[in-house]
Amino acid sequence: MSKQFQFKLVLLGESAVGKSSLVLRFVKDQFDDYRESTIGAAFLTQTVTLEDQTIVKFEIWDTAGQERYKAPMYYRNANCAVVVYDITQASSLEKAKSWIRELQRQADPSIVIALCGNKLDLAARRQVTQEEAKKYAEEEGLMWAETSAKTGEGVSEVFTAIAKKLPQTAPPSARGGAGRGGAAARTGVDLNKQANAGPGQNEPCNC
Amino acid sequence: MDEEYDVIVLGTGLTECILSGLLSVEGKKVLHMDRNDYYGGDSASLNLTQLYRKFRPDQTPPADLGRDRDYAVDLIPKFIIASGELTRILVHTDVTRYLEFKQIAGSFVYRDGKISKVPSTEMEAVKSPLMGLFEKRRAKKFFEFLQNWKEDDPNTHQGLDLDKNTMAQVYEKFGLEPGTQDFIGHAMALYLDDDYKTKPARPTYERIVLYTSSMARYGKSPYIYPLYGLGELPQAFARLSAIYGGTYMLDKPIDEIVTDADGKFVGVRSGNETVKAKQVVGDPSYFGAGKSTEGGKVRVVEEGKVVRAICFLKHPIPGTDDADSAQIIIPQNQVGRRNDIYIAMVSSTHNVCAKDVYVAIVSTIVETDRPEQEIAPGLQLLGPIYDKFVSVSSLYTPTSSGQSDNIFITRSYDATSHFETVVDDVHDVWRRMMGKDLTLKKRNVEVEA
Repeated sequence: MSKQFQFKLVLLGESAVGKSSLVLRFVKDQFDDYRESTIGAAFLTQTVTLEDQTIVKFEIWDTAGQERYKAPMYYRNANCAVVVYDITQASSLEKAKSWIRELQRQADPSIVIALCGNKLDLAARRQVTQEEAKKYAEEEGLMWAETSAKTGEGVSEVFTAIAKKLPQTAPPSARGGAGRGGAAARTGVDLNKQANAGPGQNEPCNC
Repeated sequence: MDEEYDVIVLGTGLTECILSGLLSVEGKKVLHMDRNDYYGGDSASLNLTQLYRKFRPDQTPPADLGRDRDYAVDLIPKFIIASGELTRILVHTDVTRYLEFKQIAGSFVYRDGKISKVPSTEMEAVKSPLMGLFEKRRAKKFFEFLQNWKEDDPNTHQGLDLDKNTMAQVYEKFGLEPGTQDFIGHAMALYLDDDYKTKPARPTYERIVLYTSSMARYGKSPYIYPLYGLGELPQAFARLSAIYGGTYMLDKPIDEIVTDADGKFVGVRSGNETVKAKQVVGDPSYFGAGKSTEGGKVRVVEEGKVVRAICFLKHPIPGTDDADSAQIIIPQNQVGRRNDIYIAMVSSTHNVCAKDVYVAIVSTIVETDRPEQEIAPGLQLLGPIYDKFVSVSSLYTPTSSGQSDNIFITRSYDATSHFETVVDDVHDVWRRMMGKDLTLKKRNVEVEA
């Protein structure tokens, strides 16, 4: 039987750099040119199967437009983060750097961070060189890649690379982010279970 | 800020965040603002730095309390009753996926100088040290009566009418002692005072049923609690609102509620910007609470005060079997008061403080001009207190329904031990704003490849 792991992934980056488009490409292999902000796209999950048949399930948290006013809950128990900038906007890399500093301060120290330069299809208008971004990522110990959510180039590769880098040492049931079926099922209570369990079968299990 | 919104929500307390989330899901264009740079308002959970900044701005937290980031200290002591309305809203809106919950380990009641577990079934009542042998038999009959009650079967009613007979008459029928009435009315029906006894028995019956069904749900106590503190609840509903298009602005001073010549709501002014909307909803602090008027109008009135003492302990509360969390109720009669004293305790099990620290909040409705002395019976149950932060807060209620001026004000967080009155307020405000009852729709949101 193949092993399965679940991880919480958070997206960060200035608005309009293509965070939601990147996720939409990864999860549904779609792209929408005139996509405004993300209404109702509440909760996305996608799995990646590695060469050794290990299945990594990402529970993806988009900023939902709360870029400037994220709640501490957003970072809580995040296993990995994709910090996105737009290669045609130099200022978006500066913003990405400030998110990375905030992650380094607020998130779990073991968090895997990928810096991602999006809009590779607009390389003709490039303002951020590959060298510059790559050098910064190396200095900070981050993964780095360029993508185009529009053409799909590099997108699945970023998520696969993150999946490979995440620790897969813990027993499968013990991993997982803050979401339903994650850590909660081990020690806590599941409100979605119906109320008819009598005493003696109280602790719900996630088997 | 040229855009016009359907609703501006002021304050990110739980009531406002639930409303914001539900309004966004309903399709309203919502702008949600807060003067603070954090979510939660009065229902936030603070880390040590924030807690000291609030209560002791001239002091830094002592090093032996441990890491700042391990703390999430609630300002309002409440638990979630497992089978209550808040649970239903959490499940229906699917906000549960952002949160993790744990049980509260025990529910206790004070009687004759010591604390005991609250019995919640006739079986437990029979074993409880709260009652003598004969009283146990009477209590067993009382609980059997409640458990067997069927609305349409008069044989189960034993001659009582829940809508006509008072609770005092029901107690009398079963011959229950005053001390037993105390734990039933206060520790199970969770009334804060004894006024319920002279009223029809039905609400008390329903509250006891809520307590016992909540107790049966997870086993240890009727309560559950979100990991990382109650402050997670408003954050989770704020995320719901944002996902449905709600716009968030924190750290924004609110300088004026702008109205037209008829006093109807126009917009909200922050500095020299005014944002317009059709309706505004917010907590009392944005509408003149603590001041005599807001823009010349009295929009909220004080209807009482609550004293709360946040206590850090380095040990579990004595007599609770070293419970990692507990509620203790001191019924008013037991200590010669009109209102109950509540203790709510949580610990590192709930990710709200460092290991081996216990956070207990003692609270009651203020009856005298020396509020701190009023909670002394509660403080005495805690054993040595490492440190405590005492505050007295006013409870505000709006003076009008808001239907004439489109200004809808929520109520302050009261002294009850759970969130049921908060949900009542959500329903009430919704009805006032939308002119219809709130019906929860099940969300279907999972996007999975």
